[in-house]
Amino acid sequence: MRPVDSPTYARSLHPGAWWLWALGLAAAASRTVNPVLLALLVAVAGYVVMARRSRAPWAYAYGAFLRLGLVIIAVRIVLQALLSSQSQGIHVIVDLPEIPLPAWAAGLKLGGLVTWEAVLIAFSQGLQLATIICCIGAANALASAGRLLRTVPGALYEVGVAAVVSLTFAPQLVADAARVRAAQRLRGYDGRGVGGLRRTAMPVLEGALGRSVELAAAMDSHGYGRSSPVPGTTRRLTSALVLGGVLGVGIGLYGLLDAGVGGLFGLPILGLGVVLAAAGLVAGGRRTNRTRYRPDPWALPEWLVAGSGVACAAVMFVVAARYPAAAYPAYPLAVPSVPPLALVCMLVGLVPAFAAPPPPDRLPTATSPGSKRKGTHAEEIW
Amino acid sequence: MIVFDKVTFTYADAPSPTLVDLTFDMPEGELCLVVGATGSGKSTLLKCINGLVPHFTGGTMAGDVLVDGRSTRTDRPRDLVDVVGYVGQDPVAGFVTDSVEDELAYGMESLATAPPTMRKRVEETLDLLGLSDLRRRPLTTLSGGQQQRVAIGSVLTTHPRILVLDEPTSALDPQGAEEVLATLQRLVHDLGLTVVLAEHRLERVVQYADQVLLVPGGGRPVQLGAPADVMSRSPIAPPVVELGRLAGWSPLPLSVRDARRLAAPLRRRLSDNPAPARSEGQLGEPLATTRHLVVTYGATSAVRDVTWSVRRGEIVALMGRNGAGKSSLLKAMVGLVAPSGGTVDVAGLDPSRARASALIKAVGLVPQSPSDILYAESVAAECAQADSDVRAPAGTAEGLLAELAPEILADHHPGDLSEGQRLILALCVVLAAAPPLLLLDEPTRGLDYSAKHRLVAVLRRLVCGGQGVVMATHDVELVAEVATRVVVMAEGEVVADGPTADVVVSSPAFAPQVAKILAPLAWLTVSDVETALERTSS
Repeated sequence: MRPVDSPTYARSLHPGAWWLWALGLAAAASRTVNPVLLALLVAVAGYVVMARRSRAPWAYAYGAFLRLGLVIIAVRIVLQALLSSQSQGIHVIVDLPEIPLPAWAAGLKLGGLVTWEAVLIAFSQGLQLATIICCIGAANALASAGRLLRTVPGALYEVGVAAVVSLTFAPQLVADAARVRAAQRLRGYDGRGVGGLRRTAMPVLEGALGRSVELAAAMDSHGYGRSSPVPGTTRRLTSALVLGGVLGVGIGLYGLLDAGVGGLFGLPILGLGVVLAAAGLVAGGRRTNRTRYRPDPWALPEWLVAGSGVACAAVMFVVAARYPAAAYPAYPLAVPSVPPLALVCMLVGLVPAFAAPPPPDRLPTATSPGSKRKGTHAEEIW
Repeated sequence: MIVFDKVTFTYADAPSPTLVDLTFDMPEGELCLVVGATGSGKSTLLKCINGLVPHFTGGTMAGDVLVDGRSTRTDRPRDLVDVVGYVGQDPVAGFVTDSVEDELAYGMESLATAPPTMRKRVEETLDLLGLSDLRRRPLTTLSGGQQQRVAIGSVLTTHPRILVLDEPTSALDPQGAEEVLATLQRLVHDLGLTVVLAEHRLERVVQYADQVLLVPGGGRPVQLGAPADVMSRSPIAPPVVELGRLAGWSPLPLSVRDARRLAAPLRRRLSDNPAPARSEGQLGEPLATTRHLVVTYGATSAVRDVTWSVRRGEIVALMGRNGAGKSSLLKAMVGLVAPSGGTVDVAGLDPSRARASALIKAVGLVPQSPSDILYAESVAAECAQADSDVRAPAGTAEGLLAELAPEILADHHPGDLSEGQRLILALCVVLAAAPPLLLLDEPTRGLDYSAKHRLVAVLRRLVCGGQGVVMATHDVELVAEVATRVVVMAEGEVVADGPTADVVVSSPAFAPQVAKILAPLAWLTVSDVETALERTSS
């Protein structure tokens, strides 16, 4: 057994494994609106993040995504309470004054009766979306999207770099906007609105444009874009393969995740798509002549983590098929039932908290005096 | 090593060429300093060396540039990676990845270097540049000097023979600049690299140069030669050189050490003269006062228990290393951050609560990057907007601009102005409201000597008119030139506060070159010495 196969050998896990695990959890969440199961999934993701996150700035992303999830739930409930039509249940919480709407808005209402049923259903549905977002947040906290993109195959390298650059630009733009907004106050201007937006947008966009040009120059001076020539037929074949593959993966995933179509229809198309895309990437990879510095290995912990995500999703699919009453509770006021099989799904999802190696900068010896301070700084950013 | 053969270059749409008929030959293994005013074409010249000009910028080029025998006509920047390493003005803008190690490896990945070689070179480069403690750190958490060293490292890993740097220390505090310059010295002396760098802060670098290339701009021919030689004729020179020229020293000293050896007679002549006192007499009432001010961001406190005041008629320099709390103090005084303890009082207003339009009549701040407060499409529109923002009579800002920088035309786009011109424009925008207290955050970043002189003249005029000025700066020569009082901060606290001469003369970090040469006499600037000498001779 190689050292990298040991779950106690400190190293950073392959980002692809973390994303597969997180997407598995998200897929599981997409198959139920049972609030108990969804809350358990959020807890599982949160526990793994706490156990295995590093000290990098992105490791604090989970909190931000969790807050975003709470906002989504709140918005969902408020909209449901104010706008939903009346056939929602009999347990009334409050009777709001109803505002009559014109004839073209038939089916909508504003105000009126707010029932417990309506609120709880809205809560469950909001929680489902919030859970999916938390899973993505967990992936971001454990392996930033930037790190994931570094592992893209050679054929997609240029696209990957473009994506990485845009990812670093987004937080930069937010920081710039805050700075410029503050600076505009220095001109003695208290106003907001359209004029204020223009005042902020102009310097921010100009700055971003200037930085892009400088970055392009720097990348050119670093040897970016050295490629070997390939014949036109190979290029066209590659494009066709990749396009067909992406299409297949898209349709396949839709088939798998959309409960109405039925999972068995999606699976073969997904498989075909993956094969096509892989062939296209291999063909396209010949064009770029690059090597990779210290690639993350794919060893036993990666298999376990990725497998845990896939298994979690698979078990939840079975739960949804076998216990539809538990996955989609019909009566929102009753305490939802939780089949034991669903608990197995949660336990499987927890595996990475023990199977994934601890990140190297979490070891006591590696804590530098500066890292603590930087941590709080990062928190501010997120 | 680097041969320019009759190079003429014109940017697309430019009315006249930026570089005219350049011919010179830079020898191998030397540190060559490129000197010239803003807009003289220094950056363009540096970009010619790795082919960014004309491959990346576009434009029309005549003549030929040969680096290590390869012509930039045929080789693009990406093909020259193994010969020339180019580090641009802002290292952060050039970072492609997000951690130190990845950034160092990036160039080699593009060259398809074998993984074992890559691993070895990254380790070597980490040691060479003293970065091994930082190897896993995200790039955004590094200090300016560390970022600059990572940028240098990222081009060194491909083992180029030439390193080109555009103003590597302009944006750094003295400590960061020392780090970078020590690194460059090491590369030249230990590895025999040819280093070409452009820099405005000549007082920092000229003593390390083996060759100086003077770019006068405006189509006049460049001069390449020994530093002392070129400096004796250069219109742009650090204080040590100006003092040497004034005293007629030969050979012309380039470092404080050389100058001190020659300065004994001058010190004797000056010892009878009282060192000039800065205007201390006509100080007016306090313009702003802070009492036990505390500013915190999250868990870190940037300003700790600061009690001080600024009065009419004084120019206060706030000094101290990066992160000492200078900017935070200034921001608290204009209400950009709310104090978490203590009080700020600016003309009876609490800045964090006051309306911006009321506050600007009491205090104005020109931020670190002046472009942050500029947004209009032309200088004229910018000035008009400034007048209407602060309800000043139309034409106030434009009138100020005409006095301070008459060469800036009303139809220019603010983005096309030089760094110095943009600062003056931002200054006029803020001054349109005639705030009695003016705050400047790092006003001399990227300014050349002539722009600095103009700023000094503006500040002097303001204080003569009874205004007060506070500037946070690392530029010791500017402080020596213009400040009447110096406040030194460390870890958010005020550690020294007094008249300029008292604070800076004895300090190793903050003493200007003239003070170091003439110590223990308390002379600060060449012009002070010049006036004294004229007085004694007449």
